[in-house]
Amino acid sequence: MRLTLAIAVVVLLAAGTAFSETQQLVAGSLTSQNSTIDTGDTAWVLISAALVMLMTPGLAFFYGGLVRRKNMLSILMQCFMALCIISIQWVVCGYSLSFGPDQRGIIGGLDWTFLNGVGMTPNATYTATVPHEVFMMFQMMFAVITPALIIGAFAERMKFSAFVIFILLWATIVYDPITHWLWGDGGFLKNMGALDFAGGAVVHINAGMTALAAALVLGKRQGYPNGISPPHNLPFAALGAGLLWFGWFGFNAGSALKASGLAGNAFTVTHIAGATAGIVWSVLDWLRFKKPTTLGMITGAVAGLAAVTPASGYITPVGAMWIGVGAGVFPWLVVTCLKTKLGYDDSLDAFGVHGIGGIWGVLATGLWATKAINPDGADGLFYGNPLQLWVQAKAVLFTVIYSFVMGYVLLKFVDVVIKLRVTEHEERVGLDLTQHREAAYTIID
Amino acid sequence: MKYIIAVIQPDRLDEVLKNLEEKEIHLVTVSNVVGRGRQKGIAEVYRGHKEQGSLLKKVKLEIAVNKAFVEPAVKAVIDGARTGQIGDGKIFVIDLPECIRIRTGEKGNMAIG
Repeated sequence: MRLTLAIAVVVLLAAGTAFSETQQLVAGSLTSQNSTIDTGDTAWVLISAALVMLMTPGLAFFYGGLVRRKNMLSILMQCFMALCIISIQWVVCGYSLSFGPDQRGIIGGLDWTFLNGVGMTPNATYTATVPHEVFMMFQMMFAVITPALIIGAFAERMKFSAFVIFILLWATIVYDPITHWLWGDGGFLKNMGALDFAGGAVVHINAGMTALAAALVLGKRQGYPNGISPPHNLPFAALGAGLLWFGWFGFNAGSALKASGLAGNAFTVTHIAGATAGIVWSVLDWLRFKKPTTLGMITGAVAGLAAVTPASGYITPVGAMWIGVGAGVFPWLVVTCLKTKLGYDDSLDAFGVHGIGGIWGVLATGLWATKAINPDGADGLFYGNPLQLWVQAKAVLFTVIYSFVMGYVLLKFVDVVIKLRVTEHEERVGLDLTQHREAAYTIID
Repeated sequence: MKYIIAVIQPDRLDEVLKNLEEKEIHLVTVSNVVGRGRQKGIAEVYRGHKEQGSLLKKVKLEIAVNKAFVEPAVKAVIDGARTGQIGDGKIFVIDLPECIRIRTGEKGNMAIG
């Protein structure tokens, strides 16, 4: 089994080398047409790619702080391994499936596998002023963090081997097509006019819905809800939330793909929505549970940042406040009230925060979007175009259904093949020791 | 010889150690512990989920003394740890059959001092 795997990797790499040699010539002639690199735009997208990359380690600490001591490393390991694996998957086929030449609006072709033709000159379809390779790297970081977000739903009980196989399949079969639908040239939701500036549907709804499927397929952790110890390190969670917030400027403002006024506005509205939702969540905690909590505040901020993501290229600062209010209210309701009533164990609320926040954000884009901010966008309901809300709803519907169903099927498939869940004993001892033979913290010096 | 175990409020530790020092009682081991008594703890809430059976943070002192020092030690702890509020803690005194100093091999009363 292991030998076959090794051979498969070698063959794949060899194929890639042969491939790229034949295609290099074609790429050279294709990209020499009149596209000029803008240094400001390129610098900004490069920096944004690095900012978005930092979000995955940030997420590792956000999630890591919320689990028990015995599972800290398993979270860090899963996040960092997602960074490694999905990066390579992106190079091999992910980028091509997402952004490559359109196949019936559903998926990209295999023309750009192993980054054939993805070079140092711009591809005018996506970015006329930024090297194609830079755009590819920027998008790679989105592909990395999206499966990492799902970890929140199956934390503390999934086998590492199952995790590795699952995210690889999920990135290829779920993430890449959905990315093509909304962002790929010719994608059917994009052609329908659906607005998703930086990934409310592609990233947050997508991760959130598969997260819900994961919570259902894997079942509850032992002892859930009352026998689970509280988060082991909230300062880490706050640090992680801070890194996420910081990285989000690259995520949203970088999605302008230019160092432009639109990028500046995306930067502004991103911050406003995060701040508003942080306040709203705290106030709700204060009213309902007597005290404003640190965890609630940072959770609210993350929900606000997730919700503004699809809207960030189309809304005014006031629109961002309203989206922030909704992002404080709806995820709060699901996380603090609905989850306990329904009894599913979305351990770190990947569905509650990203799924619900994302759905709200994509719908809210259909309410507050305005051409005054982005002439290439559309007007929303509050700017006289109720039809946009319907288009956004369709985008939500397609993403929700595809992500949930395919996520569910893939998890069941991996479960049948190698079992998803660790044994009861391993779960009790903790994943750090049983999956990685390590401990996050020593007790004795 | 007696073995005194005292569980006290963490913020009273410095006072207790100062009192013990004044009574020339130097042998003391301190650890962080959690526990509960008759007083109810403050239940923590995480994303709306109330923690069950919350435990409070305390400090535990272990003091080995010769018989003559039992009363002074107990008094030192009480004087230092008492606030009059619920949750001030407990002192347990138990018999100590043997004590050995590892470096010299001395035993009993000699070893404790």
